[in-house]
Amino acid sequence: MAGLQPSLAILRSRRLLPSIWDVLVFGLVIGVLALIAFGGHETLQPLAVANRRPVSLDPVNLPYYALRTTLRMLLGLVFSFIFTFIYGALAQKSRRAEMILIPVLDILQSVPVIAFATFTLAFFLNLFPGNVIGAELAAVFEVFTAQAWNMAFSFYQSLKTVPRDLSDVSDSLRLGGWRRFWTLEAPFAAPGLIWNAMMSMSGAWFFVVASEAISVGKTTITLPGIGSYVALAIDQKNLGAIGWAILVMLVVILIYDQLLFRPLVAWSEKFRVELTAASGPPPQSWLLDFVQRARLAQNLFKPFQVLADRIVRFRTPYRVEPPKVVTEVWSSRGMDYAWMGLIVVSSLVAAWFAISFVRTEIGLGDVMTTVGYGFITLVRVLVLIALASLIWVPIGIWVGLRPKWAERVQPVAQFFAAFPNNLFFPVAVVTIVRFNGLPDVWLSPLMILGTQWYILFNVIAGATAFPNDLLEAAASFKLRGWAWWRKVALPGIFPYYVTGAITASGGAWNASIVAEVVSWGKTRLEAHGLGAYIADATAKGDMQRVVLGVAVMSVFVVLLNRLVWRRLFDFASRRLALN
Amino acid sequence: MPVAAAVREAPKIGEVILDIDTVRQAYPRGPSNTLLVLDGVSLKLKAGEIVGLLGRSGSGKSSLLRIIAGLARPVDGKVTWRGQPLHGPSDGIAMVFQSFALFPWLTVLENVEIGLEPLGVPAAERRTRSLEAIDLIGLDGFENAYPKELSGGMRQRVGFARALVVHPELLLMDEPFSALDVLTAETLRTDLIELWTEGKLPLRSILIVTHNIEEAVLMCDRVIIFAANPGRIAAEVKIDLKHPRNRDDPAFRALVDDIYVRMTKPLEAAARAAQQAAAAAHGGMGIILPDVSTNDLAGLMETLFGDFDGKADLPELADDLTMEVDELFPLAETLQLFGLAEIASGDIRLTEIGRRFVESDVDQRKRIFGEQFLARVPIAALIRRVLDERPSHRAPYRRFSEELEDFMSEDAADETLSAVITWGRYAEVFAYDEQSQAFSLENPE
Repeated sequence: MAGLQPSLAILRSRRLLPSIWDVLVFGLVIGVLALIAFGGHETLQPLAVANRRPVSLDPVNLPYYALRTTLRMLLGLVFSFIFTFIYGALAQKSRRAEMILIPVLDILQSVPVIAFATFTLAFFLNLFPGNVIGAELAAVFEVFTAQAWNMAFSFYQSLKTVPRDLSDVSDSLRLGGWRRFWTLEAPFAAPGLIWNAMMSMSGAWFFVVASEAISVGKTTITLPGIGSYVALAIDQKNLGAIGWAILVMLVVILIYDQLLFRPLVAWSEKFRVELTAASGPPPQSWLLDFVQRARLAQNLFKPFQVLADRIVRFRTPYRVEPPKVVTEVWSSRGMDYAWMGLIVVSSLVAAWFAISFVRTEIGLGDVMTTVGYGFITLVRVLVLIALASLIWVPIGIWVGLRPKWAERVQPVAQFFAAFPNNLFFPVAVVTIVRFNGLPDVWLSPLMILGTQWYILFNVIAGATAFPNDLLEAAASFKLRGWAWWRKVALPGIFPYYVTGAITASGGAWNASIVAEVVSWGKTRLEAHGLGAYIADATAKGDMQRVVLGVAVMSVFVVLLNRLVWRRLFDFASRRLALN
Repeated sequence: MPVAAAVREAPKIGEVILDIDTVRQAYPRGPSNTLLVLDGVSLKLKAGEIVGLLGRSGSGKSSLLRIIAGLARPVDGKVTWRGQPLHGPSDGIAMVFQSFALFPWLTVLENVEIGLEPLGVPAAERRTRSLEAIDLIGLDGFENAYPKELSGGMRQRVGFARALVVHPELLLMDEPFSALDVLTAETLRTDLIELWTEGKLPLRSILIVTHNIEEAVLMCDRVIIFAANPGRIAAEVKIDLKHPRNRDDPAFRALVDDIYVRMTKPLEAAARAAQQAAAAAHGGMGIILPDVSTNDLAGLMETLFGDFDGKADLPELADDLTMEVDELFPLAETLQLFGLAEIASGDIRLTEIGRRFVESDVDQRKRIFGEQFLARVPIAALIRRVLDERPSHRAPYRRFSEELEDFMSEDAADETLSAVITWGRYAEVFAYDEQSQAFSLENPE
């Protein structure tokens, strides 16, 4: 599975230590979020709740709900692609835009946007007062936030690594900017982009399910969908309905995978630049085969192809070089300083706004408490990653070295990774309540329920890709037992493992907001932690504490990424990469 | 703008179509450094001729080609194309790339057609002209194949078809055959020359960049020899042989030999200058060292000693080892720097020390190599001295790379240190730990 590497998009960043620049950009991002919270807060009260059509627990309705949820997913994907193309291209074409856009992306990756669901909902409801479209868009926006950053980063990095000769030939042929984009840049980025979109699915399902039933003050806005169905089932303590929802979700994800992503991934193989055949069999899709072979299907797609062709062939003039004077002034140091000054000032203003907004309610003591909660959640995340690694690394290696097994287990692991595990939470709550478990301990595994699979399938991929001659050499030197694990297997899969662990860790932080507080009917289980802190503040409509909690969590995530994961990744790719 | 080149009145044979006037090119290296890659290069290209730009890598010949192609702007000097100053990629100039530069997701036909699109050629005409070009270049039947299904030679034919389909007046070729195997390259060369001499190519002139001397003599009417650091024109050789040319023709051999001598001249001069500089107090630190392996050095000396009795004609040696100038020269240069061999008028000769090296066993070889290394490579002597003086016998990489960067670009300093680390490890005069990025005297037991 050579295709796994693109999932590292976000990690191939340049530097390790947070710089003053990151701090500034951080201020900017949090400031803007505080602004949204502020705006949302101001307008929450007079909000007319548009849609209160009750969701019914009758399983007959589930296919319809599933369809609605899926449509939201699709729409979010479309928006993510549009955003990716614009954002990535902008960051690549303009050095100055790059200076600000890329660090912003980096921070946005680490901000648990789901905590803001309430305010984004308020924001969108205000855009379309009295109309359900606002709520729909808010849900779509959640899907968008789960995918867009990762996709934009992948696209940007592909643009940065467009082969020089292909770029030269495009210039030499004088393809205009538009044509060049569709002939060279978009195709070149396609495999990585599609892979990253698929990898972000888990988060997207998770978010869409969570955002279909959101409480605003005392009222709950529900959109027909699987998420709201589950919310109702929780409210009514209907375990059977939860079972139905899980079943339907399984089917939906299976269909989504088979009809959308598998064909896309198989199709995008054609855009790989390596002219030699890739190692391992290329991804297959029966649907793609059907479309490419069947005349009927081809005729069906023909109009789209013609249209796409028209759009792509729209001619724009080849760039005309501006006069030297303009270029010199525009690209001078002075302009750089002016631009940097602008960023610094706006960051400071935004940060000042965030601080003064939070300070109206909160003192230093609260900040310390929040940081304390952050450490509790940090411990939880690290312990869980360690536990998951202890379990899944040996299993993954064992499976990966047996191609027959890997072939069967791999799709299952990927499938579980995409499943919105919040659907399973009620089952866990019922169990914990029954056995009187301690929430602080037993709620924790929920955080990693969905993301642990990333560790498993990355390790499997690593073990599958392990060169056979090294294995045979190890066997011929009679390396066995612990020595074999330490010298051969673990270093061999380490780069893959780090990839998986990073994704799992990021997902766990996000999940903590949903997993540290769970309810079942009137029963409410709460663990201590930053996630619970944010969830509580959101439920109470306490904007200041939400902003503070989100800011603290972002700092934790950024520091953990920079100080631990990126270093490990750097080490892995420098010392342990096998090619 | 969208007027096809064919409509223009074709320039007559001998008329100057491209005029390069004292062009200078430099790239920024670090905040205050610039790397000068071309200095005062002037060249006129006439209709009806094939001109070769010949030189070692780093001599700026490819930079010049990029300027002519409009892919780069010179920092100084004038380029005139068909009487107009050149701004960016122009009508009538097409380029063939060393790496073929085909879009892997387009078929052969689509790859060729795309060249016509920006010219505003209607779809039907695009199709017919592309098919003509594909036909001409011998790709019939491969129209719907994807590049990954083709062999290297076939891929480069697509590259030619794409360049020819726009009916350019000038065809630029950047080492077009160097990524191909010997047989394929020869077939492609002869095919191209045949089409050219029969007047079947819609072209007025060809400019080809190469580091293969025989290729230049085989194809060109004129060969411009480039010298490196900074890149400049060192000599020009006219080739009046009739096509098809025969490699075994004595006149052909004489031209190859002549070009070898001209190309080694700056090499000898540079080596002498380096030696003189090394003798000076702080000098010699400015020599950029090529990262060549000690195995290759020993192998070259063994070949010299065994097959050539210690002295060889460079072209013959290159032939014997099937090496190109770019591979052979750095080795020869390094041997000369170490005092293990000498280069004079196109010949290379083992020195006394060089002979002793070949006749020694492994440990002795290492000792001889180490002695020469410390005596003749100033940066090596410096590293050893610093390590000896420090009580810890350790020194970080930065200590020396910064010292070198006073004299050269950062990349060059890294390459030089990489060579020094390889040689130092072989000679066991110091050790280097990649993880801590430090030199030391300890040898792992």
